[in-house]
Amino acid sequence: MIPNPNIPEVSIPSVIQNIPLQHYLILSTLLFVIGIIGVLTRRNAIIIFMSVELMLNAANLLLIAFSSYRSDPSGQVFVFFIMAVAAAEVAVGLAIIVMIYRNTRNTDIGFLNKLKW
Amino acid sequence: MEVAAFYGFSALAILAALFILFSKNLIYGAFALLLAFLGIAALFVLAGADFLGVAQIMIYVGGILVLLMFGIMLTQRAIQQEGPSRHNRVEVPITRKVWGFVIGIGIVGVLAKIIFSANFRMSGDAVSRKSTIKTIGVELMTSHLLPFEIAAILLLVALIGAAYLALNRNPAQ
Repeated sequence: MIPNPNIPEVSIPSVIQNIPLQHYLILSTLLFVIGIIGVLTRRNAIIIFMSVELMLNAANLLLIAFSSYRSDPSGQVFVFFIMAVAAAEVAVGLAIIVMIYRNTRNTDIGFLNKLKW
Repeated sequence: MEVAAFYGFSALAILAALFILFSKNLIYGAFALLLAFLGIAALFVLAGADFLGVAQIMIYVGGILVLLMFGIMLTQRAIQQEGPSRHNRVEVPITRKVWGFVIGIGIVGVLAKIIFSANFRMSGDAVSRKSTIKTIGVELMTSHLLPFEIAAILLLVALIGAAYLALNRNPAQ
């Protein structure tokens, strides 16, 4: 982790110098893939929902790590917008899950086979 | 100290995520998700994003997780509703689980290859820690003003849409 001499001196918090960027990347990758496996293997709609939230958080963590390492505040602004969109997504998604439950009396996505070819 | 905190909170987040992946009980899964969100909020603070760490706790733990709890409680079967008309469990072949794990491990391999082959470097020298709230506020109100307003409208639309979707149209129920 040597400073790049081509870019003028900008502010990087001294805290994150102790931890290599690769460790943030690996952590985000692991969280994201745990979310993917949750979406692919679980059948309860709410567990799938939680896994999607986990994947969103992994992407946020990656954006913040890069934003700190590049000392560019735009990444943190993106994370702020992602949080707003995630809040909207959760409200609509849970309303849809509640409607699915009203119609099938179940939250198992295996019952949503009406459109199966 | 910071390094120990980083690895401790990373382990907390990953263990909580694995618990969600393997838990059979929805409520336990929701509480594990709480732990994962708290660990990720601590990692935000460690990475120098103090405002977003607080926003993470307020939005995810205070809002999204409470909504998820409401969702879990609204979709749980009461015991007396068990009857002959109730569906049985859907049998899903084991190949789906196997393929899920295979695809997940494959994505880990591809991403790890990219991460280790890239050469990331810091751009700049370290300075003493300072708050990012002022920077984010100036950014939001100057160069990102239009997306900020669109996000506000999106939240309003989502609120109205969710209330309309979850409306009980059958008063007999």
